[in-house]
Amino acid sequence: MRLSKLVLAVLPLMFMSGLARADVKFAYVGEISGSIAVSGGNFRDGVILAVEELNAKGGILKQKIELTLYDTQTNPGVARAQMQKAIDGDPYVILGPIFSGNVKVTMQMLQQAEIPHIIGGEAAELTSLGDAYLFRTSFGQQIGMPKIANFIRDELKAKTVALIWVNNDFGKGGRDRLIKELGARDIKLAADVSSESGQVDFAADVVKLKAANADVVFVYSNEEECARIMREARKQGLKGPFVGDTTLLSQKTIELGGDAANGAMGHVGLTADAPLKQVEEFKARFQKRFNYVPDHNGLKGYTGVYAVKYVTEKIGKFERKALASTMHGLTITPEDEPGILIETSWDNNGEIDRISFLAEVVDGKQKITKILPKIRK
Amino acid sequence: MTRRRTVAVGIALGVSSSFLLVAPFLFKPYGIFILSTWAVMTVAAIGLNLTLGYAGQVSLAQAAFVGIGAYITAFLTTNGWSFWPICALAGVACFVIGWGLGYPALRLQHHYLAFVTLAFNTLVYLVFRNEEWLTGGIYGISNVPRPSLAGWSMNGAHAFYYFCLAVLALVASAIWWLIRSPWGRAFVALRENPIRAQSLGVDTRRYTLMAFALGAGLGGIAGALYAPLVQFIDPTPFALGLSLNLLLMVVVGGSGYFFGPFLGAIIAVLLPEWLRFAQGYYLMGYAVLVILLMVFCPTGLLGLADRLLTSTAKAAPVAAPEVS
Amino acid sequence: MLTDILQLFVAGLATGGIYALAAIGFTLLWQTSQTINFAQGEFVMLPAFFVLIGMGFFGLPFWAAALIGVAVSIVTLGLMFKKLMVDPMLNHGVLPLVIATIGLAILMKEAVREFYGADAWPFPPLVAATNVTVFGAALAVQSLAVLGISVAAVTILQLFLNKTRTGRCMQATAQNPTVARLLGVPVERMILYTFLINAALVALASLLITPIYLAKFTNGELLGLYAFIAAIIGGFNQVRGAIVGGLVLGVIDNFTAVYISTQYRLVIPLLFLIVVILFRPQGLLGRVEERTV
Repeated sequence: MRLSKLVLAVLPLMFMSGLARADVKFAYVGEISGSIAVSGGNFRDGVILAVEELNAKGGILKQKIELTLYDTQTNPGVARAQMQKAIDGDPYVILGPIFSGNVKVTMQMLQQAEIPHIIGGEAAELTSLGDAYLFRTSFGQQIGMPKIANFIRDELKAKTVALIWVNNDFGKGGRDRLIKELGARDIKLAADVSSESGQVDFAADVVKLKAANADVVFVYSNEEECARIMREARKQGLKGPFVGDTTLLSQKTIELGGDAANGAMGHVGLTADAPLKQVEEFKARFQKRFNYVPDHNGLKGYTGVYAVKYVTEKIGKFERKALASTMHGLTITPEDEPGILIETSWDNNGEIDRISFLAEVVDGKQKITKILPKIRK
Repeated sequence: MTRRRTVAVGIALGVSSSFLLVAPFLFKPYGIFILSTWAVMTVAAIGLNLTLGYAGQVSLAQAAFVGIGAYITAFLTTNGWSFWPICALAGVACFVIGWGLGYPALRLQHHYLAFVTLAFNTLVYLVFRNEEWLTGGIYGISNVPRPSLAGWSMNGAHAFYYFCLAVLALVASAIWWLIRSPWGRAFVALRENPIRAQSLGVDTRRYTLMAFALGAGLGGIAGALYAPLVQFIDPTPFALGLSLNLLLMVVVGGSGYFFGPFLGAIIAVLLPEWLRFAQGYYLMGYAVLVILLMVFCPTGLLGLADRLLTSTAKAAPVAAPEVS
Repeated sequence: MLTDILQLFVAGLATGGIYALAAIGFTLLWQTSQTINFAQGEFVMLPAFFVLIGMGFFGLPFWAAALIGVAVSIVTLGLMFKKLMVDPMLNHGVLPLVIATIGLAILMKEAVREFYGADAWPFPPLVAATNVTVFGAALAVQSLAVLGISVAAVTILQLFLNKTRTGRCMQATAQNPTVARLLGVPVERMILYTFLINAALVALASLLITPIYLAKFTNGELLGLYAFIAAIIGGFNQVRGAIVGGLVLGVIDNFTAVYISTQYRLVIPLLFLIVVILFRPQGLLGRVEERTV
């Protein structure tokens, strides 16, 4: 190439680079592999969808979002290393982790670095450890469990509950909370059966549940295991009614459990099957982009990104401390920001307040039977 | 050792030591954290190398000992105890437990011992997970503090890294001395031909037990370092996966070679990190590399280096006794 | 109470049949080539995904996909596994191959997760998903099928090993390869056959098990361990032992879960294994192995 042509070619580039927008960095640090790869993968894809939609419209405050993904492998040692790596890249916010153990191991570093983290973890204690930069994307278990306990006491009028739960921090946390709430309502625990994550054979567990002869059977596990438990229960003639929280009633459980899933009831904090227009449209967009139906973790990732977008535009600049303090006590409605999908509020601990649903599985579909209001209006 | 070999080892040692000392100034906090992890894992791998490489016993319980060391340290330091006595306590406790486990278990043949140690590892993991009153159960122990030396806190990434490096150097020197001593020679005799060793008056039982218990003690010390490194201890890291990973480190590095664990830990800790650019494929890439390594140098990296360096024919590689 | 015990026993046998299928090939590989295959669980997990890809991607009907899946498994998990991984490492002792198969397990798991997905998928059953009631205990027809086919497979294998010429050559290879070679047995070919048989068995196991387990990349994790244990309990040097080991393991697992503790369920089979190792190291059905000095 002749020198003059080269100079002519390069000049506009130099000009443009002067005008080039700096990207704003988002980091997703979550469970892409390991035991909760499904949840982490859903959350990540929700984040990706939101980032792509925002970038197509020009980004946030005219800056495009540069998203980097980090895999914690559902292992706290790895999570800590990956979070350190993410922090080294100087991100505006961190999205994730979803595994509560990984949230705990990285909280301290993020507080010190003063980086807001929008987490997917649901363990009750996470919002009571004084982290001013932590924000949830779904209820902590301390909010969901009283709601379902009320349902068991008031609508099902049950006096005894047989509980089966998965022995990881999600299942144990839920079980501990539920036992507390049931105890406060004078409902006795007739059986307390723990199962392993990834367990396949539930014959022994169902025998134990049957022997308890309780009014209600509470199933608190991951989607596949819920499906297997329901199948085994149907096979052995365990009568029910079966009650659960979110996972028992999800689309995946219904698909895997088939007929055995019908009749399950429970509380659903966040669901892609909510009878709300914005949620239905989100579900369609997600399915089109990724070729599978999202679970509640997809919603969590998606709404998390849009929450950051709304607050950032509200304060008018990319400032982490301002982001965190503005989010405390904030309410975002779908009118303010369609990407939030459902009206969401955060308190000063980063805990979330939203409407939730009571649902039942009828004819292979999740049917919402009641909408439960927010705790604070 | 041939002259070529001594020179090669000397150069390698010189280069790597200088690198390790200078590393914190070359890397961001993330890189330093990974190097600290490498140092901690190497201590555990040195322990396993003692048991497996030198005494020829297949142990799948090393993760349990790392876990026991980590939990002891986490529990006591979060309750205000100083780190230094705890570290020693962790090592001694694991030595004793190792002795206790080894006493009946070492009567068994190779693959049977592997199963007993596998069972022990699973049992210890389940105790960690189920006994919430003791270990915090699935919720773990948070906010494990980092040690301080005479008022100088090692909270920072650099300081803690040098601390890990110092412990590694100490442990390595101690084991080097052990291998060179008559004890070490007895271990090697044990590995090559236990029956002949016995006929020469070596108390095989005692020495094997000693190697096993020492390996366990080193695992405990590694655990005592792991707790302040990650600052959060839950049961997940101490399941069977870590035992298999440590086994991988020893074999890939070169079982029975002094520097084997160092190299093996580089492969197991650093390689997945280098491969992370491959996004979702990094674990697959890692697995393929491990398989290729085993196919092309079954005696490990140092076994390969050995073959390349020695001019005379190599003796039979260290392995389970062959059926004749 | 009695129906409970019967229910547990029967369910234990059904699950035990699953462990046995996975353990049979495992034992065979150990016998003939001293191969400990740490990826055996993943070997059972994978063929189901071949079938799902056949049906989903290529649009084949289930039967065609299943046959092709089995064929692909025999080639990859049998022939390629032996040629590419086992052969180069055969003379270097047990450990390098153990490490390589650990790597292989990771590779297979992550490949399925990355290329197919992390979810669980339903899988079409070979027999109808209905139940029968036996003396008040409910039993899935699928479970009975698994049990029946496991027993049939072992019987056929035993007949093959004892009554046919090739079978006896394989046994000779297992007992003493050097002498077998001297006697004119094509040792390499015999070893290859065992790998092919193992691949066929795990593919069959996959087709039987996956409708119950659902197709998921983590399926192999616990199954591999239990197959190991079943093989040892039954007797590592006897194929018949795998069936007994599997059934015993399944039943013990179920009873301890109900009557002792579900939280410590994982360790009970291991403790049982230790008891067997300490008091009857050759396994329940095994022959005592002599050691050469």
